[in-house]
Amino acid sequence: MKNFENMMKPHFADKHLLGIEGLKEANITALLDLAEKKIEQSRRDIKKTDVLQGRTQINLFFESSTRTQASFEIAGKRLGADVLNMAVAHSSIKKGETLIDTAATLNAMQPDLLVIRHHSAGAVELLSQKVNCAVINAGDGRHEHPTQALLDALTIRRNKGKLARLTIAICGDILHSRVARSNIILLNIMGARVRLIAPPTLLPAGAEKMGCEVFHDMEEGLKGVDIVMMLRLQTERMQGAFIPSAREYHQFYGLTEKKLSYANEDALVMHPGPMNRGVEIDSVVADSTRSLIREQVEMGVAVRMGVLEALSNNWLSENKGDA
Amino acid sequence: MSKHKIFYNARLIDPVEMTDSTGGIYIGDGKVLDIGNHITRDYDAKIAVEYIDVKGKILAPGLVDMRVFMNGVGNQTLKNTGASAAAGGVTSLMSMPNSEPIIEDIALVEYINGRSKTVSGINLYTSAALTQGLEGKQMAEIGLLKKAGAIAFTDGRKSVQNSMLFKRLLEYAKSHDALIIHDVEDEDLAGDGVMNEGLFASRLGLPSKPKIAETILLERDLALASLTKAKYHVSQISCVESLNAVKRAKNENAPITAGVSINNLTLNEFDIGEYRSFLRLEPPLRSEDDRMAMVEGIKNGDIDVIVSSHDPQDPDGKRHPFADAAVGAVGLETLLSAALRLYHSEGVDLPTLWRALSYNPAQILGLDVGHLKTGSPADFIIVDAEHSWKVERTELKSQSTNTPFENRILQGKVLATYIDGRKIFELGN
Repeated sequence: MKNFENMMKPHFADKHLLGIEGLKEANITALLDLAEKKIEQSRRDIKKTDVLQGRTQINLFFESSTRTQASFEIAGKRLGADVLNMAVAHSSIKKGETLIDTAATLNAMQPDLLVIRHHSAGAVELLSQKVNCAVINAGDGRHEHPTQALLDALTIRRNKGKLARLTIAICGDILHSRVARSNIILLNIMGARVRLIAPPTLLPAGAEKMGCEVFHDMEEGLKGVDIVMMLRLQTERMQGAFIPSAREYHQFYGLTEKKLSYANEDALVMHPGPMNRGVEIDSVVADSTRSLIREQVEMGVAVRMGVLEALSNNWLSENKGDA
Repeated sequence: MSKHKIFYNARLIDPVEMTDSTGGIYIGDGKVLDIGNHITRDYDAKIAVEYIDVKGKILAPGLVDMRVFMNGVGNQTLKNTGASAAAGGVTSLMSMPNSEPIIEDIALVEYINGRSKTVSGINLYTSAALTQGLEGKQMAEIGLLKKAGAIAFTDGRKSVQNSMLFKRLLEYAKSHDALIIHDVEDEDLAGDGVMNEGLFASRLGLPSKPKIAETILLERDLALASLTKAKYHVSQISCVESLNAVKRAKNENAPITAGVSINNLTLNEFDIGEYRSFLRLEPPLRSEDDRMAMVEGIKNGDIDVIVSSHDPQDPDGKRHPFADAAVGAVGLETLLSAALRLYHSEGVDLPTLWRALSYNPAQILGLDVGHLKTGSPADFIIVDAEHSWKVERTELKSQSTNTPFENRILQGKVLATYIDGRKIFELGN
């Protein structure tokens, strides 16, 4: 039995989690398995363990985010870490401090885990090269948001029992979405079929070469789909530059009960939040029994606990190696 | 006065006659006194001369670089620019007006011209602003600036978006026989893009700009140039579509010429790798197909000029994520070595390469340099085309060392640079 448990020990040897790209199916499965175990922990009355006791986790957010930051904070605290939130906004940058200076300053505070969100693609990777601790990408520009893709995958796996061979439609503002990018990569690695449904103005160049089928029509695109993943449309993009209006967008790309009926009968609905009700998704759909949106939030904490623990396992094995 | 000299046993590259042959050069009083295959160790100069065996190395006109940025016009900047140029075999260059202060003032042009050669050690010419403050709104004093010694008019990194103004600029410049050099980018289409639009940009999650942002403004410029018959040079093109537009205009005998940056000839978008900010360039690095088209353009003469686009950046400006990092790269010292890649592995012969690096830019700018004939200034370089070296930032003469060729092995190096027959650079010294 012990041996069997050892075999099942999660395999995730990377120092950082910077993106989904570059991960293998086994890494993803390992992270999901570990996260799965954390769900139960969060549902107990006493939620705290000591896995990260004495460790310092800094949440460094160059871009404000209530939800993701709270999720990482709760995850760290439930594992016993000391969690510090730092909102950098643009203040230091305006003062002329380079990102590399910021990294050096933080590094001197000796954190064990850095959770970083930044408005510029590649910024988290740049920071990871300049610090000694483990770095988790909590979203960089339009590039990646790996924990979101992992929590989406965990949510799907718990509801559909698998990821492989499912047909998953990602709908909305793909162009500006790091969530979409991480999901496309992850779902492809796990053997799911990915569709993108969006107006041409909200699709990135080369979308059809990213391992996806591209649709501009919801009825056509949702046919035979198991999971409908809606994306948030930023308010500033609703006013004519990318689409004519929120009203027109809702007409053609908003998820209504009618449009959902084109998908498989047991199709489920997801959204990374926060939602624009009545724009990309109708309340009737968002609040229906087919909606997994609340569950996604719960899985978010579990996945982040899993990731934090997986990265901490690496130091433990490193330290053993040194001894 | 230094002794007259004879360099013999040289591989002479002549970008005018388009020959590559063994011969020598006889220089004295800063001029070429004789040049050709008949100059050997036995050449009788009739007076006492120093004989120098070049040992089969390349002897060719010094390069003429028509796109060099300087941060200012102070002595130190001129000196550093001159030292970088000399180390790279560039004997003449034209600086862009985008410095601090902007070159749009008659006194400033005279100030630079009055001391540029003494301070920098090379032939350093200046262009002047095409529009006031480089803002693309009102014409600069083209006539007066030309009289003061500005050799061309350009807004440097900026493109004039207003078509009416650009038409007037061409018409007006024509009346002064002034050359307009233009960067082409439609600001709206380029948006906040920081690299070439395509799958790779999408994968990196970087905002991108499409090739059409370049081509659409180029097409406008070419139409206006052929309408006004003004002298127009597109500073840097970077994609197949732009090359086709240039070809078409040339077929129709429009008075236009075109340039390409050494970066777009030797690098492509994949070199950005994982967000290497030294590769944040304008125009952005394009696809490999585009790069190969640029090489073809040099080979068959559709593209007239290769520029270094030398643009020193404070290292702090590059210590940011890719999209927030400063744009540009140094290039004077690596220009020739990088360009020799076209000779070593892409089938471009040396006279063709030199035509784009020395003769054509000089002709376009109306300068009597970039070629070696009896009576012309003895501005030449000796080059070992085979010498391999690793580009190390610490080894560069430039104050800023933001080179896109960092840690690459380049084949070919300038051994010595002469201006007016005087050696101003020697490798290892």
